[in-house]
Amino acid sequence: MTSYEPNEQGYWGDYGGRYVPETLVAPIDELTEAYFTYRDDGGFRAEMDGLLKDFVGRPSPLYFAERLTEKLGGAKIYLKREDLNHTGAHKINNCVGQILLARRMGKKRIIAETGAGQHGVATATVCAHFGLDCVVYMGTEDMRRQELNVFRMRLMGAEVRGVDSGSKTLKDAINEALRDWVTNVDTTYYLLGSALGPHPYPLMVRDFQSIIGRETREQIVEKEGRLPDLLVACVGGGSNSIGLFHDFLKDKSVRMIGVEAGGRGGALGEHAARFTDDSAVGILQGTKSYLLQNEHGQIAVTHSVSAGLDYASVGPEHAFLHDHKRVEYTSVSDDEALDAFKLLSETEGIIPALESAHAIAQIVKTAPEMPRDSVAVVNLSGRGDKDVNQVQELLTD
Amino acid sequence: MAQIGDKFAELRKAGRKGFIPFVSAGDPDLAVSREIVLALSRNGADIIELGVPFTDPMADGPTIQASSQRALDSGTTLADILQMVRDLRQEIDTPVVLFSYLNPLFRYGFEKLAAEAAEAGVDGVLVTDAVDEVAFVISSVMRSRDLDLISLIAPTTSDERLGRIAANASGFIYAVSRAGVTGAQSETSSAAQELVSRARRFTDLPIAVGFGISTRQQIEDVWRYADAAVVGSAIVREIERSIPDGDTVEIVNNFVQQLLPPVAKNRAEI
Repeated sequence: MTSYEPNEQGYWGDYGGRYVPETLVAPIDELTEAYFTYRDDGGFRAEMDGLLKDFVGRPSPLYFAERLTEKLGGAKIYLKREDLNHTGAHKINNCVGQILLARRMGKKRIIAETGAGQHGVATATVCAHFGLDCVVYMGTEDMRRQELNVFRMRLMGAEVRGVDSGSKTLKDAINEALRDWVTNVDTTYYLLGSALGPHPYPLMVRDFQSIIGRETREQIVEKEGRLPDLLVACVGGGSNSIGLFHDFLKDKSVRMIGVEAGGRGGALGEHAARFTDDSAVGILQGTKSYLLQNEHGQIAVTHSVSAGLDYASVGPEHAFLHDHKRVEYTSVSDDEALDAFKLLSETEGIIPALESAHAIAQIVKTAPEMPRDSVAVVNLSGRGDKDVNQVQELLTD
Repeated sequence: MAQIGDKFAELRKAGRKGFIPFVSAGDPDLAVSREIVLALSRNGADIIELGVPFTDPMADGPTIQASSQRALDSGTTLADILQMVRDLRQEIDTPVVLFSYLNPLFRYGFEKLAAEAAEAGVDGVLVTDAVDEVAFVISSVMRSRDLDLISLIAPTTSDERLGRIAANASGFIYAVSRAGVTGAQSETSSAAQELVSRARRFTDLPIAVGFGISTRQQIEDVWRYADAAVVGSAIVREIERSIPDGDTVEIVNNFVQQLLPPVAKNRAEI
């Protein structure tokens, strides 16, 4: 049976690892040791479970989308409502876990990167909850797209630092966060928000997000008496998708689709679909994975209507799952995602995040091909409040 | 492999310490870059670090980030840089070390890079984001072509790691003066001296100190306890400053001449 756990060096097959400047080796060793000390510690888990229940509001509901199901005329569609978490997305699950670790490590200053702003908001939230200093790096292009989230972070006392280099998006924000960390290693905890970066982040973020799949399993068994036939989630760095998928990887009957950002076309620079011909295995920001790059190994500019999917690489565990054909990866375009954004709003009264709208757009294609007695779960990873202004602009252009 | 080792042996014999300037190859373009390297070589560079530009240089501060981007904007590729070194070898024998990040080198292929770099006259390679077993694999590929993989050590490096890194090092060891990214600073931290003295317990290889060194005074300080000083951002800043008027080579020339302590001073410090 295939193992879905990384080896001691943090590799899933060829992917993952720890590709960092020498200065970061010691803090990453310290983090790794702390994580493995507390990973299965009863007191740590109890504190985390308590916060997830009372502060985040877990478990999040598994909701039967009846009108969407009828409209598509195929599989029964359930939505895992991560959008109903405190702060409006799945990102808070990981932040709760990591902030408890940071506190046990005695770190008083927290830094984070953010793309769509949801991870930045979630980080600012847990920092406010515990009274810790918080600095969030965000590309200036993303600050423009996600103005509301910038304000939310500042409201909770976080300092948001705009990043003006490169494409001014998530990748550049991660570079700046890494530069901050390398400069302030003694005092600072880097609270990375996706299943990316050097080991142990991809594993740790996966572990903290896998509560999504564990709850889904219980809930679907309760509602349907069986496992789902299909799981669908969007994949930027890949944390909400791996969070949903992980608990089901060994259940061979469960099909899984990860949905990447197809952007506005197939040419390099116009999309953020890493499992395509433009991509090659490479090393970026501490990990080895599929990577959108040119023939000289320079990282490509990416595009997506959704800031949270707009990233040149993808979590290493996804690269492994792709090669082992355990998860199918596909992409939907900006336009398809916008249509799905409207569709879910109209049929269910739920405004999805533009990221999650990519997963909805995929189920719109796949559900009609499935029998009516089959069951699909879509991860509604975040709510769309943050995107309303941007969508309004796009729809009136 | 002899070139870098010979250079330090020669310095030691002359009772001198080394000066290692860094520039991004192709900043502002390859032709000017070549002239800059010649000027550095004429003005007392003992080894030259040539940056191979990368879009996402996470260990670099804003000055070298911008320099790397200018080099990319001018169309510079790794193959171009190897050709530049090949051409330079007609005129100078100063050892050259390529300084880069994993992805552009990985994409080129380490075997291919080692073969072509050796043939072009490169003497060493430094990869900022390669540590442990990754560095070990790269260093054996480089060594098979008589190239040095220059190892980095940092103030956060434990003694146990220093021992392991030193055992696998060749050419010289590059000590990062402080926790942080590249970038000019007015003072060098005391962490650098402590690091160098810790590292001496594990190696007889020459040790160069870099990151944040931008003044003559700092070079003199580093020369008191280390074998060479690396100056990057301070020179790159001059290149950036010169671009509007286009007198880059002359400005770099003048800057390096006022930067370097007089030879007498260099000898006297030993």
